[in-house]
Amino acid sequence: MKMRSIADYLSAHPFFADLDAASIDELAGCAINEHIRAGEYLFREGRPADHFYIVTRGRIALELFSPATGPHVLDSAGPGEILDWPWLIPPHRWFFDGRAVEPTSVVSLDAGCLRGKCEADPRLGYELAMRAAQTMSQRLQATRARLLDMYAAP
Amino acid sequence: MTAAGSTRPQTSGSPLIPRPFRVLATRQETADTTTLTIEPADGVPLAFAAGQFTMLGTFGGAEAPISVTSSPVAGPMEQTIRDMGGVTHDLTTAEPGDMLTVRGPYGTGWNITDGAGGDLIFVAGGIGLAPLRSALLEALANRNAYRRVVLLYGARTPAEQVFRDDLARWAHGDGGIALDVTVDRAGRGWAGPVGLVTNLIPGAGFDPARTLALVCGPEVMMRFVAIALIDAGVPAGRIRISLERNMKCGIGLCGHCQLRELFICTDGPVLPYDKVADLMTVREL
Repeated sequence: MKMRSIADYLSAHPFFADLDAASIDELAGCAINEHIRAGEYLFREGRPADHFYIVTRGRIALELFSPATGPHVLDSAGPGEILDWPWLIPPHRWFFDGRAVEPTSVVSLDAGCLRGKCEADPRLGYELAMRAAQTMSQRLQATRARLLDMYAAP
Repeated sequence: MTAAGSTRPQTSGSPLIPRPFRVLATRQETADTTTLTIEPADGVPLAFAAGQFTMLGTFGGAEAPISVTSSPVAGPMEQTIRDMGGVTHDLTTAEPGDMLTVRGPYGTGWNITDGAGGDLIFVAGGIGLAPLRSALLEALANRNAYRRVVLLYGARTPAEQVFRDDLARWAHGDGGIALDVTVDRAGRGWAGPVGLVTNLIPGAGFDPARTLALVCGPEVMMRFVAIALIDAGVPAGRIRISLERNMKCGIGLCGHCQLRELFICTDGPVLPYDKVADLMTVREL
């Protein structure tokens, strides 16, 4: 069976759509595949956000732990979805735990490497920043809608 | 293409005269939601189109507009009611053998046959799955008429999903439906998606140019879903939503359910999104 390269995966992913092949190759040079078992953490609250992840299989739950009430699942990312934007925006820190709820694979892009590429090529940096902003905007709108608790009895 | 709601089964007798129906069975869907299986006391089945509603009531009591939940082509008639107090409390606490009153059916249907040959995407929020279930069962009864059939369902919590037996069957591929469920809030026992139902649209795998989308849930949810579907390439005229207003007479006379020039009980409840998109954001309507 022919293995699909990370560059192939990135070039077909909507987040990287229409980037030229040279840019895709540059980004793929920052990336590796990672696999984690169900229940393991991909990242932890308060730790440096030193990677940008794209889920290729399984699911990562974004959790916040409260000593009084335990872990709360606030959001999740499944196949094709990205996690998240702290790699791009200072202070480059995770604000939630990322826990695999099932065996999960991700494309893991090194944040320092990515930021270096963005600084060296501002056009690429602008493109990635705009795409991250679009993702943030969509997540923010969805989160605001959920604040309404609209499925609750009126 | 036929406009949403342009076909409607014929009903006999006056549309204002209630018919007695007997409760055959009850099924507790969630803590506040119950599905009643009912049969006409006179033995004459009620013909209805998926998406229509009846005015369901108790003898000597009031009525409430309730969507028909069951298949329009087979099986007993079912209606799903959320206990909001008053008449809906009386309906959700009805027991087998109790007699209820039914007027209708009223309003427009989903008319899913307009999507024949293409993809059908159903997007439901909360108890909004109830009016869609009837159309889903109709589609599954004629599965070969459609390419991809997708149900995206958003619930408040895992415990507040309705029709869990159906969802469990469909999740295992029964019927040829692609199901994805998300919840707003979850504990660690839930391994599925957490987030707004719009998050499920990019991964739903439908051809937007050949899709008929049917959306039902709270109005805010339907607005968000319609915009997400349009962003995904579905034409606004191929998105249908089910609006809920204060239906009383059911035949467009009393005006309680008026939405500017529309009477939701007769022009709706199922309406093409492009016809009502602007009205949905006008206050005081």
